Amino acid sequence: MEQNYTKEHATKELLTKNRSILYRSFGDRLFSYSVFGLGITVILCTVLMALVLYGDGAEAIKKFGFFGFLTGRVWDPGITMEFGAYPFILGTLITSLAALAISFIPAISVAIFTAEYSPRWLSSIIDNLVNLIAAVPSVIIGLWGIFIFAPWMRDTFYTHIYMWFLDHYPTMLPIVGNPIGYGMTTAILILAMMIIPYTTVITVDAVKKVPKEQREAAYALGATKWEVIRMAVLPYARGGILAGVMLSFGRAIGETMAVAMLIGNRNNLPFSILGPASTMPSVIVNEFREAVENIHLSSIIAVGFYLFIISLIVNLIAAYIQRKFSLTGARTI
Amino acid sequence: MGYPITQKVENNFPQSGVRSKIIDHMTLRLETKKLSVIYGTIYGIKDVSLPIYDKKVTALIGPSGCGKTTFLRSLNRMHDLTRNTLIKGNVYLNGEDIYAPKVDPVMVRRRLGMVFQKPTPFPTMSVYDNVIAGLKLVGIKNKLILDEAVEKSLRHAALWDEVKDRLSSPGGSLSGGQQQRLSIARALAVEPEVLLMDEPTSSLDPQSTSRIEELIDTLKKKVTIVIVTHNMQQAARVSDFTAFFYLGSIVEHNTTSKMFTVPENKRTEDYMTGKFG
Repeated sequence: MEQNYTKEHATKELLTKNRSILYRSFGDRLFSYSVFGLGITVILCTVLMALVLYGDGAEAIKKFGFFGFLTGRVWDPGITMEFGAYPFILGTLITSLAALAISFIPAISVAIFTAEYSPRWLSSIIDNLVNLIAAVPSVIIGLWGIFIFAPWMRDTFYTHIYMWFLDHYPTMLPIVGNPIGYGMTTAILILAMMIIPYTTVITVDAVKKVPKEQREAAYALGATKWEVIRMAVLPYARGGILAGVMLSFGRAIGETMAVAMLIGNRNNLPFSILGPASTMPSVIVNEFREAVENIHLSSIIAVGFYLFIISLIVNLIAAYIQRKFSLTGARTI
Repeated sequence: MGYPITQKVENNFPQSGVRSKIIDHMTLRLETKKLSVIYGTIYGIKDVSLPIYDKKVTALIGPSGCGKTTFLRSLNRMHDLTRNTLIKGNVYLNGEDIYAPKVDPVMVRRRLGMVFQKPTPFPTMSVYDNVIAGLKLVGIKNKLILDEAVEKSLRHAALWDEVKDRLSSPGGSLSGGQQQRLSIARALAVEPEVLLMDEPTSSLDPQSTSRIEELIDTLKKKVTIVIVTHNMQQAARVSDFTAFFYLGSIVEHNTTSKMFTVPENKRTEDYMTGKFG
């Protein structure tokens, strides 16, 4: 009888007592508090950043309206002091989406080659080189672009394209734009090159994580190597691949230095294919030193605020897509 | 698809008159001669010669690491996929050496279906697409043929009644036992000559296991089955022939009824009675 009582008693005690009793020792508590504190700091930093950006950009946002600023097509820090972020949002979206589209196939191909086809020594070399591209500071890529890539593209392609349109479809020239070398196309190509590593690295990881059983099942059906990749590997890795693509997209949206150096920095619409344009980060980095008027500075910070929001949305979409398409846990077996 | 009689069996068991009578009128579907699989410098199996008879179930038993799975995977050239693996000896499918230099392993694998330990449906594909995955590889696109193959294979795998209303739902949404039967249906859809099963029930619950065992019993009317199992009762229940592997070699090969009642080898008896393994 007594034994029963103590047993019940002990159970009752365990159920009713505070959960924190589990963290009774001082070391445990200290650790859990400091981890909690550090974790909260990250969230606080993000929130504060958004608040500061909003606070400092509030003057512009109030003057031109929350959506008015988004859709304003004029950016004139000289005379009228009218500011609108529309050209930069457009420039950012065009350059990053185009860069993403251009980089996708090469990035995936490199990933499949290193993960599936190349011998180990070669894939480790390729992996390192790809990582190196990501590690090169963007200002160096920008320098290379200014002195080598852009002039070369201008002499080899842009001028000829321009001349061809001049001869055949002169009416198209405003869309083609001036072939000065520094413009939308150059920025897109450099950006595409810069984001390839992000897609590649994550795709390689995702491809390597595909279970051996899945590959063998496809091989056992009589699939060739390519058919195995198409039938078993890529569908299984699609969550990871999409995550890589979204990460690259976020990176392309936020890329500042190389783009600012190569895009030609034209602040007003209309943009053209070869001609200069501008993106949200490039206008911020180009103008913040010269902003004397309060409303100008405030507008620049407001652009930063909208950039912050766009990045946030892209990240949320990325997380959603990854969750929806990745195959882990209960869904497989 | 019919199964042509290819080769009259020679008497592989000269020492036993009884067995030769049983197997005299059977045909050989698959045969290995002095087959060795070498991983780097270690022998996975060594000089294994084993006849596998048409439309019979051959069970491979033995303790862990004895080479039964290695042997099974050498029958459809799955070892070609791993580095540093060397195959010596021959495997004859209908008298034709599948390790001959001109033979394409992809073509071999299309003739021998395989079912793995874990169910392996392609999780992003629907049930329907899973079943026809092998047929698509051979280039069959006719919807009528595919529809018919799906129903036939799923019926053979005893899964049709459970999934006929949700052929378009993903393969990963089925239960573990259903997934394994889906894997079997997928292997059967290409009408293989031999079905290789690598511990097909080891990740399943008893009920699903008995369904698969019943299935093996009906399937052997149409296909030759080689099954690896570490469950001796299972070998006794489903197989016609049993081969006992130990340390990479075959210790004993006999009809299952003989093997489980009067094993010839002392080690077989010890393993069967649980003295080791």
